[in-house]
Amino acid sequence: MARAFIVAIAFAALIAGAALAQEAGGGAPVPDIPKAQGGHCVRDPAFMRRYHMTMLLEQRDETVHQGIRGGDFSIARCVTCHAVAGADGQPVGYSDPKHFCRSCHAYASVSIDCFECHASKPETPAKAADAAPVSDADLATLDAFLNGGEK
Amino acid sequence: MTRLIDSGRRPASSRRGFLAAAIGAAATALAPGVTLYAFGGEAPPVRAPGEPASAKSRWGLLIDAGKCGDGCDRCVTACREENGWGDSGPAETRPQWIRKVSVRDPASGTKSEPPVMCQHCAEPPCVDVCPTGASFKRADGIVLVDKHICIGCRYCMMACPYKARSFVHAPVDNQKVAAPRGKGTVEGCTLCVDRIDAGKLPACVAACASEAGGAMIFGDLNDRESEIARAAATSATSQLRADLGLDPALRYQNL
Repeated sequence: MARAFIVAIAFAALIAGAALAQEAGGGAPVPDIPKAQGGHCVRDPAFMRRYHMTMLLEQRDETVHQGIRGGDFSIARCVTCHAVAGADGQPVGYSDPKHFCRSCHAYASVSIDCFECHASKPETPAKAADAAPVSDADLATLDAFLNGGEK
Repeated sequence: MTRLIDSGRRPASSRRGFLAAAIGAAATALAPGVTLYAFGGEAPPVRAPGEPASAKSRWGLLIDAGKCGDGCDRCVTACREENGWGDSGPAETRPQWIRKVSVRDPASGTKSEPPVMCQHCAEPPCVDVCPTGASFKRADGIVLVDKHICIGCRYCMMACPYKARSFVHAPVDNQKVAAPRGKGTVEGCTLCVDRIDAGKLPACVAACASEAGGAMIFGDLNDRESEIARAAATSATSQLRADLGLDPALRYQNL
């Protein structure tokens, strides 16, 4: 009984705290996403937010099994432009909460397995990325990849 | 006989081959042991963007164990630096993508220290046993692990007669961009596949050529005009455990 009471108190405190935080921020909390280097992403931000995981998945199979490299959607390219400098001025890895991918994935509570194997920071500094709008070809490849097995 | 076959197919290259052979013979007569071709073999051609690896090529290595210096492990350190596998964890479970092996013929007492790594078999047993399809052979003959699919069962490690694969036991940090590797997956020599795709020699071959004995030649086993094929044609080569019929892409001389 006493335990249930403590849990209830804790919940009440949590809800009150969340409400305070929302009021202070003027709305829902938002992730603190670090700014990238090099001008533009390889596609529009809206497209990247929605489809980056699918594009990475598609390109990954082409790269590993067929050796097609240098596409727009390589994870190495992501971490190069989106490198975040730490206190020492060097890019931080995924273990740091400031890491670009982590900042948003932690907020969305979506686990990310890429960096268990892949490097989460660049070996070479970022170059300016070539901005490219979303083309019909992008959407066609994406559609073929997503629905390829069902047709 | 050879000339007839060659001239029917590719007269120009046949003539060039004949000239090279003639000069090579002259050079050998002048200075025994001096080879005409540059150390390390030919770098692979860079493919056009979007062009997949082709089955026309079969990448391989020819290792002259006679040129492997006593205790030289430059190929091993080069691989380690390139691919970021290192001295982490207990010695028993440390990854070994490539290792120096000391062999001695008990009858004659001849010793050699060849490097041994994934032999990139034409009939790879690691691919046969893999339950998920993670272990696969690329079109150009390079045997790889797709770590996205690998479940870490280690059947491939048991199937490989060369002990060429390692298992990653502990979490990995600070991987190389070109060589992703992580806990719970099996790994091994990739023949530096990212370097091959970029038109460069594998790291071990490059290091051996520039800083050690030049014991390794990289090239296309399917191309009869390649340096590796010409070197294999001039003196006998052997495959490790050729009796198993796996047809490895790694050939050895002076074992």
